[in-house]
Amino acid sequence: MPMRLEIVTAERILFEGEVDVVVAPGGDGELGVLPHHAAVMTTLAPGELRYRVGGEDNHYVVHGGFMDVRGDQVVVLADAAEHVSEIDEARAEEAIARAQERIATRGEDVDLERALASQRRAQVRLRITRRHRRQRPTGAGSVPQ
Amino acid sequence: MPSVREIRGRIKSVKNTARVTNAMQMVAASKMRRAQEQVVASRPYAQKLRSVLAGLAAQGSGDADTTHALLESRPVKNVLLLQITPDRGLAGGLPSSINRASGLFLQKQETAASVITVGRKGRDFMVRAGRDLKGSFPGMGERPSLGDCLPISALVAQLYTDGIVDEVHVAYTRFINTVVQEATLAQLLPIKTGELEEPGAPADYEYEPDAATVLNTLLPRFLDTQVYQAVLESNASEQSSRMVAMKNATDAAEEMVDGLTLELNKARQAMITAELLDLVGGVAALEG
Repeated sequence: MPMRLEIVTAERILFEGEVDVVVAPGGDGELGVLPHHAAVMTTLAPGELRYRVGGEDNHYVVHGGFMDVRGDQVVVLADAAEHVSEIDEARAEEAIARAQERIATRGEDVDLERALASQRRAQVRLRITRRHRRQRPTGAGSVPQ
Repeated sequence: MPSVREIRGRIKSVKNTARVTNAMQMVAASKMRRAQEQVVASRPYAQKLRSVLAGLAAQGSGDADTTHALLESRPVKNVLLLQITPDRGLAGGLPSSINRASGLFLQKQETAASVITVGRKGRDFMVRAGRDLKGSFPGMGERPSLGDCLPISALVAQLYTDGIVDEVHVAYTRFINTVVQEATLAQLLPIKTGELEEPGAPADYEYEPDAATVLNTLLPRFLDTQVYQAVLESNASEQSSRMVAMKNATDAAEEMVDGLTLELNKARQAMITAELLDLVGGVAALEG
């Protein structure tokens, strides 16, 4: 019996549909959710979120947020998220270089917090994209990008 | 009776105005469509977050370690109003109606009140009224992103947690549909979990790492989304209102052209008749 998964960010809905398994980067470590899972509310760490439907895996990168599991309904509220196919490796590399430069120079107007955060985000993107190159979303209810 | 030439000149100028307002209507219509899509796309997240928070609140009520700075209500000595307005005019009655609603709200306050404005129309209004401005964010643009709104909610949270203000309200224009937008006032802080309309969570909820951590990460997000949502709603309302205002202006101009054309024809007719009479009169005088 499949569960219903929704991946939403404040700006858009990324995915909505039936899935068999969800594996999310929980605040307390990786968390796998199968149908009939107990009700759980967890924070998400930056990392990879994947779901499987019909034997096929789909990978997303999430940057923090929450996951709410209630009955057979899984809702991922991500601060930011994207499908691996949406990620541009070159851009992520550029972002890392830019952030590192900002951190290194430490000018007056440099917000260290922000530079570090943007570096971290780009690194997560790169790491996960390199693992699964050129993968497209599948599944009954996948939202066209 | 104005002369034929005068009327011709007026028709030309009104036609030019109609052309300009028509172009503005087209531009506003395309911006409106994007703004409406954006507000609709952002609603599911806000709604889910509300439902999660409602569940947490039901669970955590009475639990000492789930109190958070943004939930804490204290005696109100200073009220802050976050007012969201357009940057530019020519948007029908929208800027003045949101300013009126905000002005009334501030007048009603018995305690000291200060303001943060988003958009130039609100800032100008508040400066004229001599209000205490704690911050101003002009130039949000017509595609505000969540990132654009974070500095606003950060400032609001800062003022609240530092105890400078004890209650925060937001004034924005709620987007209902293309022709109806409503100036709305709502309380932002302290967050009133009791008023969330969503159904609560099941009692046997597990929290990871724990309820307090979840709540602590969730509440600031909740504030961020509330502000973001209000900005998006206001933006969609602004574009819609501008589109409708420009459409009305175009229609009025076209009506005016019709009226003036009628007047022109009458004047021309009168002129021809007068000339004919002159001619006939002259011929009659010669013959007589």
